[in-house]
Order: sequence, then C-alpha cells, then structure tokens
Amino acid sequence: MANDSKKQTGGDTIDENLKRVYDDMLSQDVPDRFKDLLAQLKAQDDAEDQSGGEK
Amino acid sequence: MSNADPRDQLVEHLPAMRAFAMSLTRNSAVADDMVQDTLVKAWTKIDKFEAGTNLRAWLFTILRNTYYSNRRKANREVADVDGVFTESLSQKPDHDGRLQMADFQRAFVQLPDEQREALILVGASGFSYDEAAETCDVAVGTMKSRVNRGRKQLAELMGLNADEAMELTDSATMSVVTSRGNGALR
Repeated sequence: MANDSKKQTGGDTIDENLKRVYDDMLSQDVPDRFKDLLAQLKAQDDAEDQSGGEK
Repeated sequence: MSNADPRDQLVEHLPAMRAFAMSLTRNSAVADDMVQDTLVKAWTKIDKFEAGTNLRAWLFTILRNTYYSNRRKANREVADVDGVFTESLSQKPDHDGRLQMADFQRAFVQLPDEQREALILVGASGFSYDEAAETCDVAVGTMKSRVNRGRKQLAELMGLNADEAMELTDSATMSVVTSRGNGALR
C-alpha cells in the first residue's frame, strides 16, 4: 500500500519543525554556571583523592 | 583501549541536556536547575554508567527522572510555561510553505509531557525508537504510539489538515503547495 509514503509527508513537516526548535535550543550558549559546577566537582574529587589516599 | 573518564565528556552534552530539559519543562530557569541536578547526579553515580553505551541517553534518563519526580512532588498539572520557546529562540524569517515557528511552538508546549519528550527524542534528536523507549523506560510499541499521537495532535493544533497534508504524495504536488506557502497569493 502507498499508505506509508502518504503518512510520511505530514510527519516530515512536523519533524522538520521539531528539528528547528531543537536545533535552536542546541545552539544557545551554555551558561558558565555549568562549566563552573563541573570544575568544582572535579576539584572536590581531586582533593579527596589526595587527602583520603585509601578511598 | 580507551580508559577516558566519561565525566570528562559531560560538558559536550550540556547543550543537548539543556535542550531536552527545556522541552520538558518549557521554562528555562527550571530547566537549568534540572540540568544542574542532573550533572551532580551523573558525576557522583558515574560508576553506574556502562562504558561504551550511549552517554547522552543515560544523561537524558537521569534528566527525565528528575523532571517526573519533581512533577510528582509539585503535584500540579499546570506547568509554569515561560516564553522560552517564543522569546529566547532566534526567529528566523518564515519561508513560504513552512509552518510559522511561533505557532508551532505554541502547539508544541500544549502537548502532554510524554508526547513532547517522545517527539523530541525521536523526531528531533535522532534517537532510535529503541533508544527512546529505553530512555523513557517503556516498551518500543508505546514509544511509537506516543510519537504518532504527538505528531497527529501537533498537526491538529496547527490547524494543519492532517489528512490533507498526508494525502500529498508526489513531490511535484508538494513543491507547488510549498511554494504557495500559507495560501498567500503572489
């Protein structure tokens, strides 16, 4: 049946718009707070490794 | 053999985590708080991550668990939707034949959570049905039906005559309709 290809067209329009919304969100700058947080988590672990020794 | 620490890769997934969080919460402040929680959880539970598997899917799983457990706690159905979809997104000029983005976003935020996440995972971020089903902890069939229902409902909300749109099969017809845009005669 040609039913699948018919459905595809409507779905494509929706998906195209979904991708635009998503790509727009993806392209936003990530606030510094997240990189700061990761650096902080890493620093904590490093400090524990050094002081703790035996984990 | 790579013995790279997956935690070093978290930073690469930040844009996707924020995008997914925003599509769930529809509120940028709430989304960023959720991403922050998720980062801390991921960092401290990184030993639960199976090396070589999909890190993004694993992060999305944590993210959505955070979202749904917050939603349960808050115990309210009405989300605090801010203008994130309409204000902070750069509005590109509308091309003929494309759905108006603002309309699309307005329709999208009205969908039930389960359909929004299904559409974002499968329709936008390129997850397979299997990956999306696993991320959301549902059967593949359930994921497929959420995606289908989401698409159908979006089409309806958009005033797209879903049946008509889906009748257009050959690309010649499609391009004529596309060049006409929203019925604008030029």
